[in-house]
Amino acid sequence: MSLVSTTSKIDRLAQLTAGTETSSGASLWREAMRRLRRSKPALIGGVVIAAFVLLAVIGPWIAPYSPTDQTWRGEVFSNRGEFVGARAENWFGLDHLGRDVFSRMLVGARQTLLVGVVSMLIGLLVGAVIGLVSGAAATLGGRFGQRIDDLVMRVTDILLALPSLLLAVSVAAVMGQSLTTVMIAVGVVQIPVFARLLRGSMLAQGGSDYVLAARSLGIRKRRIVVTQILPNSLSPVIVQATLSLATAIIEAAALSYLGLGNPDPSVPEWGVMLSQAERFFDNEPMMSMYPAVAIIITALGFTLLGEAMREALDPKLRG
Amino acid sequence: MSLLELDGVKVHFPVRKGLLFNRTVGHVYAVDGISLKVEAGQTYGLVGESGCGKTTLGRAVLRLVDVTDGSVVLDGTDVAKLPEKELRTFRRRLQMVFQDPLGSLNPRQNIESILSEGMAAHGIGADQDERRERIRDILAKVGLPSNALSRYPHEFSGGQRQRIGIARALVLEPDLIICDEPVSALDVSIQAQVINLLEELQESMGLTYLVIAHDLAVVRHISDVIGVMYLGSLVEEAPSDALYEEPLHPYTRALMSAVPVPDPEVEDRRERILLHGDLPSPANPPSGCRFHTRCPWAQPKCAEERPELTDAGGGHKVACHFTGEIKAGTLRRAGEPEPSAAPEPSAPAKTVPPQAPAPEAETPEAEASEGSSGEGKPGAKAPGAKASGEK
Ligand SMILES: Nc1ncnc2c1ncn2[C@@H]1O[C@H](COP(=O)(O)OP(=O)(O)OP(=O)(O)O)[C@@H](O)[C@H]1O
Ligand code: SF4
Ligand SMILES: [Mg+2]
Repeated sequence: MSLVSTTSKIDRLAQLTAGTETSSGASLWREAMRRLRRSKPALIGGVVIAAFVLLAVIGPWIAPYSPTDQTWRGEVFSNRGEFVGARAENWFGLDHLGRDVFSRMLVGARQTLLVGVVSMLIGLLVGAVIGLVSGAAATLGGRFGQRIDDLVMRVTDILLALPSLLLAVSVAAVMGQSLTTVMIAVGVVQIPVFARLLRGSMLAQGGSDYVLAARSLGIRKRRIVVTQILPNSLSPVIVQATLSLATAIIEAAALSYLGLGNPDPSVPEWGVMLSQAERFFDNEPMMSMYPAVAIIITALGFTLLGEAMREALDPKLRG
Repeated sequence: MSLLELDGVKVHFPVRKGLLFNRTVGHVYAVDGISLKVEAGQTYGLVGESGCGKTTLGRAVLRLVDVTDGSVVLDGTDVAKLPEKELRTFRRRLQMVFQDPLGSLNPRQNIESILSEGMAAHGIGADQDERRERIRDILAKVGLPSNALSRYPHEFSGGQRQRIGIARALVLEPDLIICDEPVSALDVSIQAQVINLLEELQESMGLTYLVIAHDLAVVRHISDVIGVMYLGSLVEEAPSDALYEEPLHPYTRALMSAVPVPDPEVEDRRERILLHGDLPSPANPPSGCRFHTRCPWAQPKCAEERPELTDAGGGHKVACHFTGEIKAGTLRRAGEPEPSAAPEPSAPAKTVPPQAPAPEAETPEAEASEGSSGEGKPGAKAPGAKASGEK
C-alpha cells in the first residue's frame, strides 16, 4: 500500500536523522500510525486507494477486452444518437467508437494514477526545494536571509493567487498538447503550495526551543536545518502530498476535459474518457458517469486519508 | 572581576509592517538598559512578571537574539560583538536550560544524540564511545539511568526531561548556565527536586547560574543575588536575604505581597499591595519611571524622570525616586485610608506598622511584625496592629 511505503520511508528518514541504531524507533510516527489505524476515514481512504493502486497494477491483465479495439464499431452510431448501454458482455456498455468501457476503465486506472503521482511529485520536489531554501534562509539566515525569503514568498504568493486551472492552462498552452504537458501543468500549480507549506512549517520549527538549544550548543546552522528543523517539518508536507494527489487527478481530468489532455488514443485515461463522453452526455449519460464517479471516488479516498493523517500527526491532538 | 558583566544591555525588536516592503513602524523595548554582574560560583536570580523581558535578556546573553546596544562580557569577551564564526565556538561556555523541557528537546532525537551533538560540534571526545562514557557520567550526576541513552524525550516524565536539559548544558562544561524558568512547567512536588539538583550540581561542579523565574519563591532559595525586572529594566537588586527582609521598590513589595503565606493568621494580616492595571506594552512603555502607571506611591515627578538604579546602602540597589520616603512612610499610598484612621497619625514614620514580608512570615518571629494599614517600615513593631482588621 502506498501509505505504508511512504510513511515507512519517512520513518526511516526520521530515524536516520536522529542518528540512532533504532531500537525504539521514531515512535512519534508509530504513535501517529496507531491513531491512523483507529480512524474510520483513514480506513475508508486506505481501502479506496489500495483498490485504485491494485487496479492500476493489474488492470491490463484483468480487462476482459482490448481497451482500444473498436470491436463493436457496427453497433454504435454516435451521429444518430444510438448507443449501447450496460449489457452482459459489456458491463459498462460501449463508447462512441464501439470500445468496451469496462475494459477502458480498468486499463485507464494506471494512466490516471501515473498522471496524479507524477504531477504531485513535480509539485512536491520543486516546491520542497524552494520551501527549504526559503525556510532555511528565513530561520537562520539573518537579515540577508530574510530578504531572500521575502522575495521568494512574494513570488509564490502571486502564483498562489492565480486560479490554478488558469495557471495549468497557460502552461499547457505554451507547451503544446501532450501527456507530459498535463503532468507539468498540474505539477506547476502545486509548486507554490508545497513551497509555502514547507517554509511555514520550517519557520514554526525554527522558532522552537530545541532549535534555540541546538544553536546555543554551537551546532552549525546547516546541520541544524538538516537534522533538526527539516525532519520535524515534513509531516504537513506528507499530508499535503496525499491531498494533492486528489486535486492532481481532478485537475488532470479538467485539462483533458478542456482538450489539453493526452492526445494519444491508444492509452485510455479517465480524464480523457470523461471529456470524450461528455459530448454524448444527452444521449448516453452513463458513459460520462463511469469515469466521473471513479475520479471522484479516488480523489475522495486520497482526501480522506490525507485529512486523517493531518489529524493523526497534529501535535495539538496528541495525548 | 565578575564572570559575567552586562552593561546597558538593550534588545529592541523592530515591529515591521508592509506588504511588499517592510517598513519599521516601531520597536518592542523588550530589554531596555540592563546592567548586572554575576560572580563566578554564584547564582543570580532574575524575577519579574510575564512579558517583562526575562527570557529575552537570557537569550541576549547567549546572543540567540541580537543585542541592540550595550555589552555582554563573559570573562573578558564581549559576546554581543563577537563575529559569527567565533560566536559558534564561544557558545560552549554559555549554556541554557529552557522553560519547556519537552519543547526544548527534539522529539526525533534520542537522548544519546541530544547529549552528544554539542560535544561533536566542539570536538570534545575523540569518538562516539568516548562521548558516550562522558554522557553516562553526566546522566548519573543528574540522576538519570544510563539506559536512558537510547530512549526518546517523550518517554520521560517532565522532571526527567528537565534533567536531560540540564545534562545537555553540563556536558559542554560551560562557565555559565542560564536557567530560564527551569521549573515553572513542572509539578510543584518535582520543582523542589530540580531546584535541589541545580544546587547540588553547583556545589559539586562549581557552576555559575543566572536563574530566571517569574515568582520569587523559586529563586529565593538558591540565589545569592536577586534582580527584580519590570518592563525591560531592573527596578531592584540586592543580596537575596536583604531583598526578602526589606524589599524597597514598590514593585518588589507588590510582588512579595502577592505570595500567600501558609500560616492563616499571618496570611490575614499580611500587607497586600494590589497592582491595578496590566503590564504596559513594551512596545509603548510609559515615560519616566516605567512603573508609575501602576505604582501606588507615584508622584508627578515619576512620570517625567526615569529613576536610575542606585545603591540604597549595603549593595541594595533600587530604581525609585522616593525610596527613602516610602521606606520612612512619609509618602502616602494612593487609596490608603486617611492618616486619622491609623493608630498614631502624628508620627507615621515611627508607628505606621510594617508589612509582613512573606519570608519573615514563615518564621516564628513574624508573629511580632503585624501589619495594619499595610504601609511602613518593614521590621518595625506595631503593637496596635489589629486596627486595620477591625476597620
Ligand atoms: N522575537 C521577538 N519579536 C518581537 N517581540 C518579541 C520577540 N521576543 C519577545 N518579544 C516581546 O518582548 C517582550 C518580552 O518577552 P520575554 O519573552 O522576554 O518575556 P518574559 O519575561 O520571558 O515573559 P514570560 O514570563 O512570559 O516568559 C514581550 O512583550 C514579547 O512579546
Ligand atoms: S519612582 Fe515613582 S513611580 Fe517609580 S516606583 Fe518610585 S514612587 Fe513609584
Ligand atoms: Mg520567558
